[in-house]
Amino acid sequence: MRSCCLRELGRIDYARALDLQQRLVADRKQGAIADQLLLLEHPHVITMGRNGQLANLLASGEILERAGISFFPTDRGGDVTYHGPGQLVGYPILDLREWKRDVGAYVRAIEQTIIDTLAEYGIAAGRIPKLTGVWVDGRKIAAIGVHISRWVTSHGFALNVSTDLAYFQYIVPCGLTKPVTSMAALGVRAGVREVGERLAVQFGRNFDCQMLSEAAFAAMEREN
Amino acid sequence: MTDVVMPQMGESIVEGTLTKWLKKAGERIERDEPLFEISTDKVDTEIPSPAAGTVSEILVEEGKTVGINTVVARIEEAGGDGAKPAAAAPPAEPVEEAAPVSEASAAAPAAAEPTGPLSPLVRKMARENNIDLARVKGTGAGGRITKQDVEAYLAQQATPLAAAAAMPAPAQAAPAPPVAMPPLPPAGQAKTHIEPLSTMRLKIAEHMLLSKRTSPHVTTVHRVDMTAVAKMRERNKTVFQNNYGFSLTYLPFITRAAVVALRQYPLLNASLDGNNIIYHNEIHIGIAVALENGLIVPVIRNADEKNVLGLQRAIVDLASRARSRQLKPEEVQGGTFSLTNFGSFGSLMGTPIINQPQVAIMGVGTVDKTPVVIEDAIAIRSICHLSLSFDHRLVDGALADQFMSKVKQVLESWTEEVL
Repeated sequence: MRSCCLRELGRIDYARALDLQQRLVADRKQGAIADQLLLLEHPHVITMGRNGQLANLLASGEILERAGISFFPTDRGGDVTYHGPGQLVGYPILDLREWKRDVGAYVRAIEQTIIDTLAEYGIAAGRIPKLTGVWVDGRKIAAIGVHISRWVTSHGFALNVSTDLAYFQYIVPCGLTKPVTSMAALGVRAGVREVGERLAVQFGRNFDCQMLSEAAFAAMEREN
Repeated sequence: MTDVVMPQMGESIVEGTLTKWLKKAGERIERDEPLFEISTDKVDTEIPSPAAGTVSEILVEEGKTVGINTVVARIEEAGGDGAKPAAAAPPAEPVEEAAPVSEASAAAPAAAEPTGPLSPLVRKMARENNIDLARVKGTGAGGRITKQDVEAYLAQQATPLAAAAAMPAPAQAAPAPPVAMPPLPPAGQAKTHIEPLSTMRLKIAEHMLLSKRTSPHVTTVHRVDMTAVAKMRERNKTVFQNNYGFSLTYLPFITRAAVVALRQYPLLNASLDGNNIIYHNEIHIGIAVALENGLIVPVIRNADEKNVLGLQRAIVDLASRARSRQLKPEEVQGGTFSLTNFGSFGSLMGTPIINQPQVAIMGVGTVDKTPVVIEDAIAIRSICHLSLSFDHRLVDGALADQFMSKVKQVLESWTEEVL
């Protein structure tokens, strides 16, 4: 079974996480490291994907600054999105050639991972055809935006655990005028870290890989 | 010259949006260097160049969505740059492209090779219209041959060329006197275009061929009076639509009748494995579903445990998920008998191909009101033709017709309530 290194990074700002992602992607392309799953939380930030339209950013730079929100254009797919405390962000860095060379299957498996995780908390989440992401009763609970280069993935997903949904007022998430929700808004009290642990298990199941912590990886390498 | 195509990024992905060109026409590019970016389903992907050379043509602009395998750009391989003497250019083309041209150019005296560099478009036009460029007068800078020159040459040569082009065209037509010559295709447009098979098409092709090679197919057709079923359907149609949100069709009735007959004649619900017959104790019915560019046969498991309502629900569910490509792999496996409903496309009857390793498949024709003779009187009845293709290695005609008679009997004397 393939192994995937789980890195739980806690709260880390967007620029630092992006830098780490880029380094890991480069290493993964070289085959120098195994697949990675980064789980983390960002301080308030609004990011815009390659296909993003500034019109979907509803607030001016000034207002964002006053609200303490930074702004980043990125190279992932998708439109504008918000990240902030209480949101579980996952960046899988996988070489899809070792799993399935199928972008659609990859996105569906990410969605399934989140759906399975939410099911553990008794939340019946699902998909809406053509609208990538995970939805609960027509409300978006998790957003997905991915970049792929030579079949190596980066960026990923953001699951609202106890996100302050008021922050979404500054954007039209993914250009969709659909409401957002969170686990907390659905009456589930859970911490980002705990949800992340459960999600990592579901991730391993959905991608047929063994999730190992950084320490376990290091130990394994010493043995080899 | 290398064609760069929109890649297939996954089995269910049929198109992609070209979001960004990372190189401009005329720029040099290395093999595997990112050339453009595409977006499919919230995923942005960098696509590397398949060859090293110069980007000679960009055919799809940013923001356009095109189907997979569409040519989006062309790359002139390294060495084919303008500085090179043009005379050397045609032989430098990849071998498979050079082959058809070589005969034509061999006839022309070598000294008359065109002068000046040739644009990729001109070369393409020459290739597609089988033009010897040495005969085309160049009017561009330094005697260079332009697109207009080729078009002018084509117009001038229209008559003799058309005669040549007419030769392979009417393949099926009887050897009639050569009266109507097909007009010359517009300049720059190919007479054929080549497209690789999709994964699904490949699988269908393999499967069909395998089945025809494996089983000696025989087809028998029975005419079935569906009037009793039509009445039952009429009575329950509104209830179905209101209570369950889907309509009631003939297919679940026919499925039900097939299940009853399969119970009675289990040899039709079997497989052949070398010298052994495998009897399947469970009845799993495959239902062929037409997709836009193919078909798939999802399976109703334990179809014998379902009534008409249950069967209709399963059919609606499987068909809709087949069309939105959301079937799980296990849902298209393990069938023991199949049904294909070409009647919904207006077909009267057909001779379907067995879905291996099954031994029979039933084809359902259209249900039409037809005048029929009943006890020396003419009556209007709802008539359907059901055909059964069976594997004659295992099943003989007599058994096949007994099976079909049972199906017919169940349908013609329908009494079972459907809800």
